[in-house]
Amino acid sequence: MAERTSATQRATREAVRATLEGKRTEPGAVIFKVMLLVMLLSSLLILVVLLADILIGAWPTMRDRGFDFITSGLSLNPETAGVWTGIIGSLIIAFLVILLAIPIGVGAAVYLEEYAPDNRLTQWIDTAVRNLAGVPSIVFGLLGLTMFVALVNGIGLGGSTEGKNVIAAGITMAALVLPIVIITSAEAIRAVPSTIREAGYGVGATKWEVIRSHVLPSAFPGILTGAVLTLARAFGETAPLLVIGVATGFFSASSDATLLDNLTGPYTALPVIVFSWSRQTDPAFAATLAPAAITVLLAILFALNGVAIYFRNRFEKRW
Amino acid sequence: MVSRMDDAMTTSADLVPGAEDLDLDAMVAPTGDEADDTHPIIINVENLNVFYGDFHAVKDVSLPIRQNEITALIGPSGCGKSTVLRCFNRMNDLVESARVDGTVEYHGVDLYSKKVDPVEVRRHVGMVFQKPNPFPKSIYDNIAFGPRIAGYADNMDDLVEETLHRAALWEEVKDKLNESAYALSGGQQQRLCIARAIATSPDVLLMDEPASALDPIATLRIEELMYELKKDYSIVIVTHNMQQAARVSDRTAFFSIELGETGQRTGRLVEFDHTTRIFTNPSEQETEDYITGRFG
Repeated sequence: MAERTSATQRATREAVRATLEGKRTEPGAVIFKVMLLVMLLSSLLILVVLLADILIGAWPTMRDRGFDFITSGLSLNPETAGVWTGIIGSLIIAFLVILLAIPIGVGAAVYLEEYAPDNRLTQWIDTAVRNLAGVPSIVFGLLGLTMFVALVNGIGLGGSTEGKNVIAAGITMAALVLPIVIITSAEAIRAVPSTIREAGYGVGATKWEVIRSHVLPSAFPGILTGAVLTLARAFGETAPLLVIGVATGFFSASSDATLLDNLTGPYTALPVIVFSWSRQTDPAFAATLAPAAITVLLAILFALNGVAIYFRNRFEKRW
Repeated sequence: MVSRMDDAMTTSADLVPGAEDLDLDAMVAPTGDEADDTHPIIINVENLNVFYGDFHAVKDVSLPIRQNEITALIGPSGCGKSTVLRCFNRMNDLVESARVDGTVEYHGVDLYSKKVDPVEVRRHVGMVFQKPNPFPKSIYDNIAFGPRIAGYADNMDDLVEETLHRAALWEEVKDKLNESAYALSGGQQQRLCIARAIATSPDVLLMDEPASALDPIATLRIEELMYELKKDYSIVIVTHNMQQAARVSDRTAFFSIELGETGQRTGRLVEFDHTTRIFTNPSEQETEDYITGRFG
């Protein structure tokens, strides 16, 4: 049975309703929110305009040439020029990065995180690696020119380019991304909960067994994601290659060239092709072929990022 | 032996719901249940001092752990009971700044002697941690990892099955041995961790607040399991839950905090005795204040 409400209760209810139902107006908050939205949209707009501009420029080439553009080599004739030489060069560089930077970087990260004593020297090395990751890529180009070109030449792989070839480029690029590999791997290793390590030691595992059987498998998805993103970086980087003598013009290997001749001869890479075509006076190169090459480069980079995201989701560990 | 265990189990079963309004005396195991001193000492601690850098964490602890008994370490937070526990299998070695003085003898061998390999120590003295921490692997591999690295050469399937039986987990997991251990409930995960710890056949089992992350039902199952396991193992348990210490342990060590001149908080052992005595008639006022809830 409902109780009858007295006059005082009704009065209280009205008073409470008056305080609760008041709607606050804050002009500052509204302006702030709108400003944030504008900032977000403007950054998106830049991206969209950029992409649209490239795709519109690339469209005629893509439409008329299709796969022929991707599978054709360098040429003076814009009708037949393609990016294949650059894709091959970039793939060889990427392969060398996988071969050199990833094992060395992961190894260095494991040592830093698991073995190095926590002292001044370790902290200093840690800071140095972080700073190294921020060094402009052109500086690594100079390092490549003075060290790796000479090294490659010294061990007899100089070929017709006297060391300014794709092997030196790969080593330079590996050095460039090494600090990033170390940082991302170290972070993945650090993210493995200490409870897992304790559990391993608790059942009588040695340090090596704990690292091999528990820490590395648990950190693997993170390391892999970092490695793929690193590879994308190596794929897109241009400046160091320009310093160490990548071919910005046109070349063609003779038909009887061996694999070694190709590796030690002149080379180019995908981003370098974009660079050299944009500088051509022939508008066919600058206005249509360059955007098409950019489209190919972006497609590869997006694909690599997609692979990284896939790995992260597929193997992500939940503790 | 059997009736004694039954008593304890009914006691703990009754205790679980609404543990807060229970009277402490009723919780203590019946008299006559006192562990006798004929159980040989398996770990003997003499004048143990532990430092973390300059911080004196534990001061002058001497404590015998007896075979086939459950020894409980209780006391307020920060009193060093976990630190002491971690000296029994040299887990403190993993903390770079930790330094241990005094002796911890296992069957008369000083565990901190230079010749002793901490990895071997941990194969004899297993450990269960506060939060269930199974490896992110299958249930089977969680059990098999320890024996595998210890070079176990017999039939691994049999060992896994037997170990899971001992940990009273076999019936629940026998159809999903190859599934991830993370698919188990928290209580099951903790029993898996106990199974993992006994898979290498240690003879001492250290438990660092093994039930603090579990609900009362899962806690009860862990306690029942401990009662089962003490036939074969010597168990040392750190617990925040006094009722738990009263329910499961034969002996209890009460630790407290001593404030140094500079405000440093150093853990020390106040009293060590049969659990019945600690909970009914402690000789130190501090112990009584703590167990009756007047402090801590």
